[in-house]
Amino acid sequence: MSDLVPEPRQKPVVPMKPVSINSNLLGYIGIDTIIEQMRKKTMKTGFDFNIMVVGQSGLGKSTLVNTLFKSQVSRKSSGWSREEKIPKTVEIKAIGHVIEEGGVKMKLTVIDTPGFGDQINNENCWEPIEKYINEQYEKFLKEEVNIARKKRIPDTRVHCCLYFISPTGHSLRPLDLEFMKHLSKVVNIIPVIAKADTMTLEEKIEFKQRVRKELEVNGIEFYPQKEFDEDLEDKTENDKIRQESMPFAVVGSDKEYQVNGKRVLGRKTPWGIIEVENLNHCEFALLRDFVIRTHLQDLKEVTHNIHYETYRAKRLNDNGGLPPMTVETEENHESNL
Amino acid sequence: MSKQQPAQFTNPETPGYVGFANLPNQVHRKSVKKGFEFTLMVVGESGLGKSTLINSLFLTDLYPERIIPGAAEKIERTVQIEASTVEIEERGVKLRLTVVDTPGYGDAINCRDCFKTIIAYIDDQFERYLHDESGLNRRHIIDNRVHCCFYFISPFGHGLKPLDVEFMKAIHNKVNIVPVIAKADTLTLKERERLKRRILDEIEEHGIKIYHLPDAESDEDEDFKEQTRLLKTSIPFCVVGSNQLIEAKGKKVRGRLYPWGVVEVENPEHNDFLKLRTMLITHMQDLQEVTQDLHYENFRSERLKSGPRTVEDEEVNKDQILLEKEAELRRMQEMIARMQAQMQMQMQSGEEESAVHGHHV
Repeated sequence: MSDLVPEPRQKPVVPMKPVSINSNLLGYIGIDTIIEQMRKKTMKTGFDFNIMVVGQSGLGKSTLVNTLFKSQVSRKSSGWSREEKIPKTVEIKAIGHVIEEGGVKMKLTVIDTPGFGDQINNENCWEPIEKYINEQYEKFLKEEVNIARKKRIPDTRVHCCLYFISPTGHSLRPLDLEFMKHLSKVVNIIPVIAKADTMTLEEKIEFKQRVRKELEVNGIEFYPQKEFDEDLEDKTENDKIRQESMPFAVVGSDKEYQVNGKRVLGRKTPWGIIEVENLNHCEFALLRDFVIRTHLQDLKEVTHNIHYETYRAKRLNDNGGLPPMTVETEENHESNL
Repeated sequence: MSKQQPAQFTNPETPGYVGFANLPNQVHRKSVKKGFEFTLMVVGESGLGKSTLINSLFLTDLYPERIIPGAAEKIERTVQIEASTVEIEERGVKLRLTVVDTPGYGDAINCRDCFKTIIAYIDDQFERYLHDESGLNRRHIIDNRVHCCFYFISPFGHGLKPLDVEFMKAIHNKVNIVPVIAKADTLTLKERERLKRRILDEIEEHGIKIYHLPDAESDEDEDFKEQTRLLKTSIPFCVVGSNQLIEAKGKKVRGRLYPWGVVEVENPEHNDFLKLRTMLITHMQDLQEVTQDLHYENFRSERLKSGPRTVEDEEVNKDQILLEKEAELRRMQEMIARMQAQMQMQMQSGEEESAVHGHHV
């Protein structure tokens, strides 16, 4: 890179696919097997995924994460016992698990933020969260500029932040706006409407429209951000998600009930059973597909290529150099730049 | 209203029959003519269904032209007090209901000053009533004191929030608090029980005094006693509000239509709406009495003890006190003078006699 001071955000215009010379292959070479090789490699190394959940207590964050990953990855605080009170300040609790599916190992870390938005005075309650996210970037940066760096730098950066919106049915709360304004610049935020079984179909549609409009009016870019769509295909796909499905109205549950002869995850009420994975009831399946089945890798890439790079550029600018290092590496200070 | 036993008069021809057994009927007739006044305050965060519940309770539309502000506008807003009055008449009985709404409560990022406005309003109504009561013309005192406050607790949390606790502690000596769990269709039955128990525990732990239904009198009938007992065990009430008519099981009911079923507002198995309504109507009189006898009297004694507040009042009173004291002094002096004169007269008459009897006066 010739620029020592890159611009904070690069806005790629939706580029076309690279022009290729039409070559007639005379026979089968086997270039396509590279995909298989990459797959095998990924399976062996496994990968990390760090997801943060933010929202007022009682909105079903832990239950939803458990439902997403179909295992008890988050300790439910559904019964704050007498001794556990709402913490006076926002705490950051990161719990790591290794889950495996189809031979692929995933090291999943769920970062919980109890105490967010629960106090009487919630001013700046997003600051501990912002600090945590930046600390993870810092850790990664330090590791990256080391001479003897590890082959695989442990990635503790937050790849995805699920922000839980309370289903009031009216609009966002001032706290929601402030949080998302501050944090959409450092992390991928996916807004989620919690406990969506509170709203009827019409109320849901209306509420989602209102929330989308409010986010737009206030200039909040949630994931998938418009500016990072790489090509036309991505753009159309993401546009559809952005304008119609998001924010996802979800219901979480870890209890199973018998419905029509099948066992489904749901919530049982005197007037019916709410099926978590039924698209007519709630959009949990959409959220799960979005986060895990289609955009997992993209979340990591945007975090690495954009948010992390922004942080790195700012740090380079601020210090006029790299973060203070240990004595041994000082000689290579210049070359690393 | 409690069931009224049909007036049983003894035979007017019976000797000893005075006829004041007719009194309750007269009172009843007079109050029906006069109508009832009731002021209900609703407090809770935005979006908990307060307005919908009020509309459902009184089968009316109290907020026809309502604009709900967006989040950005709410950042700057402070708590406001909006009172709307509606006159409801049913079978000849008139009720003048005032609903005091508190939009903006709990919205701000920093809610420290949320309750100041509300407490000032409640005190202001008490102050006005006190002033009217101490005035000269007491015929037409308008009672705008808040008789009951429905406090809406969010069903999404795990119990009471710090704001809930602080607010209730600040007003439990001024107004009857009835805690209500809103949007109860979010919760399954088990979750409801857990939340209710949790809230009751926390209320007790923090020493919050909520409104307690009076026990049924021993002379009431069994049904009423059972009903009261049921109501008492259901506090806080889990309610769902709606004014939409949905078709369910062949008939039209008020409810909410979900893809997985219909929540009926007036079905006691679905929520406690009917219980809340019964409680409010049956105990309207009691709520007014407790406000008058307990909260208002507390306020009044505090007020009169601490003396008048404004500076001008103080000066005026000082002058008044001075005048009164001077008047008293004069009166006492006159009394002393009179007593002295009396004693002198008695002494004189006594002297005439003491010569005979040797009495000392």
